[in-house]
Amino acid sequence: MSTQTKKIRLATVWLGGCSGCHMSFLDLDELLIDLLERLDLVYGPLVDFKEFPADVDLCLVEGAVTNVENLELAREIRSNSKTVISFGDCAVTGNVTSMRNRIPVKDLLTAVYQQAQAPIGAESLKALPALLKKALPLHQAIKVDVFLPGCPPSPARIARVLTALLDHQPVDLQPEMRTFG
Amino acid sequence: MAVITLTIDEELVSARAGQSVLEACREHGIKLATLCYLDGISARGGCRLCLVEVAGHPRLLPACTTEAQEGMRVTTRNEKIDRYRRMILELTFAERNHTCAVCVSNEHCELQSLAAELGMDHVRYDYLNPDLPLDTSHQRYGVDHNRCLLCLRCVRVCDEVEGAHTWDVKGRGIASRVITDLNRPWGASESCTECGKCVEVCPTGALFDKGSSVAEMHKDASFLRRILDGREKRQWRR
Repeated sequence: MSTQTKKIRLATVWLGGCSGCHMSFLDLDELLIDLLERLDLVYGPLVDFKEFPADVDLCLVEGAVTNVENLELAREIRSNSKTVISFGDCAVTGNVTSMRNRIPVKDLLTAVYQQAQAPIGAESLKALPALLKKALPLHQAIKVDVFLPGCPPSPARIARVLTALLDHQPVDLQPEMRTFG
Repeated sequence: MAVITLTIDEELVSARAGQSVLEACREHGIKLATLCYLDGISARGGCRLCLVEVAGHPRLLPACTTEAQEGMRVTTRNEKIDRYRRMILELTFAERNHTCAVCVSNEHCELQSLAAELGMDHVRYDYLNPDLPLDTSHQRYGVDHNRCLLCLRCVRVCDEVEGAHTWDVKGRGIASRVITDLNRPWGASESCTECGKCVEVCPTGALFDKGSSVAEMHKDASFLRRILDGREKRQWRR
């Protein structure tokens, strides 16, 4: 009889952010090997699955909710995941992604895609998912269970949170581990 | 000097008559979070972080502007006070654009460290994202209103210690803004002595040395006690 317990299903998601939080996740280095003995990576930019799966145990969400695609995916994440973690400052506060919030969306798109000298021009506006009026922290779009601040959160913080969740312990970050920025 | 006795967090504490509850707390090693308060300048009870419970008072009172009284019973921490303090911090973060990650004072900011200390791990209120200006007209310093929390330490230190009264406040409530010289650009100020006291006492990255980049501002307000001891007590030390 196998004594192996069922692996925890982890998804990671990249919404409106720079992917720095995912880079920090990769900086867990050899701890990743230990973690992967206890969990399966079932979705995210680090693996190649097209659809957000059902029955996700833990979901790390990087980035603010900045467009309609983000919002749709966020809702799917919530309905398919037991524990949702706001992963990094953009998800927790809106951070750099939300610095556009003081500018009306129309003016913003005009400035970036029509007036700026850039290789990507107005033609891409058709393919771009519609921006929300404001980039939102994740908890203003869906219910969030755990907040993991930092820009990016250090590997030590990520390890602390993941280990606590894997051990079914409460996530209790020390003050020096829960600073923004 | 008259000595009074009061109870702070179930412990009997002695204080000098005329001292504030905050001063009594600090003298006895009782930690109390503050943001607008700064030793050396007048207390104004503006940030409300030092709110304490005083037996017999229906509302919480700011410890920095409440005089310690004989027989007073003060509670500095309980579930309700902690909740209020977190709420105050959340409102402060929501009111302007404090983007810690790209701030000159990142890692050296009183607001940032208080949020971590008091367990404010997210803001439940809608961010207002106001459209606020940056004034870098001064040769040496800049002011970024996005990061200002209206603690008014700059206004007080400039008036009370430097004696220049370059800084003041315009507007009311949420429209309040710190200004220099009747709302002229800082660089055009005739009263500013360029002493830099306001920059050193500013708890966030709102006032900064020009040229500093992310996390490069290190401020130190300890000069204040030193020069005031010299001025008031004729005690000179480095």
